[in-house]
Amino acid sequence: MAGLHKSEIENPVLNWIDTRLPVITMMQKEYGVFPTPRNFNYLWNFGALAMVVLMIMIASGILLAMHYTPEKTMAFDSVEAIMRDVNFGWLLRYGHANGASMFFIVVYIHIFRGLYYGSYKAPRELLWMLGVVIMLLMMATAFMGYVLPWGQMSFWGATVITNLFSAFPLVGEHIVTWLWGGFSVDNPTLNRFFALHYLLPFVLIGVIFLHVAALHITGSNNPLGIDPKGPQDTLPFHPYYTIKDSVGICVFLIVYAAVVFFAPNLFGEPDNYIPANPLATPAEIVPEWYFLPFYAILRSVPDKLGGVLMMFGSIIVLFVLPWLDTSPVRSARFRPVYRVFFWLQLLACIVLGMVGAHRPEGIWVILGRVSTAWYFLHFLVILPLLGKLERPLPLPESISRAVLRGGGGGPLPGGATAKPMEKV
Amino acid sequence: MRAARLLTLFGAPALGLLAGLAFATPAGAEEEIVLPKQNWSFSGPFGTFDRAAAQRGFQVYNEVCSNCHSLKLGYYRNLAGIDLSEEQIKAIAAAKSVPTIGDDGQPTERPALPSDHFRSPYPNDKAARAALNGALPPDLSVIEKARVGGPDYIFGVLTGYGEPPADMKMGDGMNYNKYFPGHQIAMPQPLQDDQVTYADGTKATIEQEARDVVTFLTYMANPEMEQRKRMGVKVIAFLVLLTGVTYAVKRKVWADVH
Repeated sequence: MAGLHKSEIENPVLNWIDTRLPVITMMQKEYGVFPTPRNFNYLWNFGALAMVVLMIMIASGILLAMHYTPEKTMAFDSVEAIMRDVNFGWLLRYGHANGASMFFIVVYIHIFRGLYYGSYKAPRELLWMLGVVIMLLMMATAFMGYVLPWGQMSFWGATVITNLFSAFPLVGEHIVTWLWGGFSVDNPTLNRFFALHYLLPFVLIGVIFLHVAALHITGSNNPLGIDPKGPQDTLPFHPYYTIKDSVGICVFLIVYAAVVFFAPNLFGEPDNYIPANPLATPAEIVPEWYFLPFYAILRSVPDKLGGVLMMFGSIIVLFVLPWLDTSPVRSARFRPVYRVFFWLQLLACIVLGMVGAHRPEGIWVILGRVSTAWYFLHFLVILPLLGKLERPLPLPESISRAVLRGGGGGPLPGGATAKPMEKV
Repeated sequence: MRAARLLTLFGAPALGLLAGLAFATPAGAEEEIVLPKQNWSFSGPFGTFDRAAAQRGFQVYNEVCSNCHSLKLGYYRNLAGIDLSEEQIKAIAAAKSVPTIGDDGQPTERPALPSDHFRSPYPNDKAARAALNGALPPDLSVIEKARVGGPDYIFGVLTGYGEPPADMKMGDGMNYNKYFPGHQIAMPQPLQDDQVTYADGTKATIEQEARDVVTFLTYMANPEMEQRKRMGVKVIAFLVLLTGVTYAVKRKVWADVH
């Protein structure tokens, strides 16, 4: 059991460390030579992108916390003081606020990539479930972070969302009082949300570590959804995917920078620049854009408890997705019918997002109900049946065969990497 | 609603038709107020504040708005950002007195310094309501960011006064305004032609005064704007270069795989 590690590192100092604590060997194994399918397209950038955003969020968040005051009469002004009086405070604050939106854009693409290519299927079920936990933690963190500037939307958003728990019979009211630390959203609420907003990202790091650890046991999925059969199907992670991820990170940073520097309030509601006022409810209480689809599901059910259950259910259903999808074929490339339903489900989610942004009147009520029903129908009925009824296309023998037939000899090697399978 | 516009932006490529149809339908029975769109010196990625307009705008704020509206997040020293000189700022501040505690421990007042916040016209919200028929004039520090439409909205409200339609019942002491939500605003028309006399000889029409004060208030809400945009241009130029180099390296690394 115990025993020194036989390190192969040549540098004597690093060797000395590695012999006693083989972290260098581990990094070499997991990120250096780690065998990775050779056919990733650029959608496989988004895990790395999420990691980059998380680092930016934690760095900017720690610096912001040094200047922020979690007290209800001072919170709003302290955020504005960061914008005005702290050196590059505006960069920290706009970077952090928009970083949250970027985080969700990246993670939602990451999730839909997983849905399209069947990345949740055996043996990656636990990897997927950890991902759903990550999404839940992100949502909790983002929600509490949005409360901190203590503007009108902060305050009323917090009021609406915490009040959801009052829908539960018997214990509901008590849960809400306990969440608030009082009988309304007030200073104790702000204090604890700040503490939790600082804590949860570190919990997030823990779960992400498990997510990545699980990934390194199962290995990555790939656009074909078939397992690598040997060294000819894989490439060492470095330099092939370190450089490919770097390209994605650069492009992503351009988009991020464009928002932060030129449209920093694009994702925000103007009402949140009005200090919180418990006596004046805004005409419309709208959550941040990344919660709109869930908000739409909540409002589409004409019963409070039912709506709350459906809203939470829309995420819970993702936990059991690996067992709801009965098809053994992973990638939608070889599932012509599933492919159609995938796009319909994406459409339903976008429509739900639009419904969430509008007052529940007229056409929006109907659209909301139809797409809510469709969202659940897709996971609970269509996927289980489709696995039995659909006739998938024949799978290629191996990744390398498919890649060479698809991309070999073409005039554009770069383009071939991006989507080598389109021609198969 | 920003969220709605945003979603159209992102949803459009995927479902252009449906989104188009959906957003063409008014969200509710409420009529849509179309704000008068203006060309602002500070809009666009290279926009900067028109210094002369911002300085005239400060004059409008100082002589008109500040009688009721506070600007409490601003400091007198912020006026350096619209190119007022140190002497001018000192003089502007010194003309105001701010509350302090005297050497005898009693509340008193002293002339303001550039490091002081703008003096608020009322000691608190209740005092403002008591003096103004129950209405509370909002603080103007971040007003440009706090209203849908931003500068166009403020410009619209300042220039949108008029006679109410015959069938409209106005509340007691309320004024009709084309661009204010609900069209009834407690603030009487604040700007008139020649309300202020500009030192640079600019003719002080209502619209001129409104444009100037909007420029000033946009500066006060976003004092970092010019630095932000300048930095953004450099950052993005750098990132575009870096992307090019990284992509070239990627092509080279992958060349042997294809």
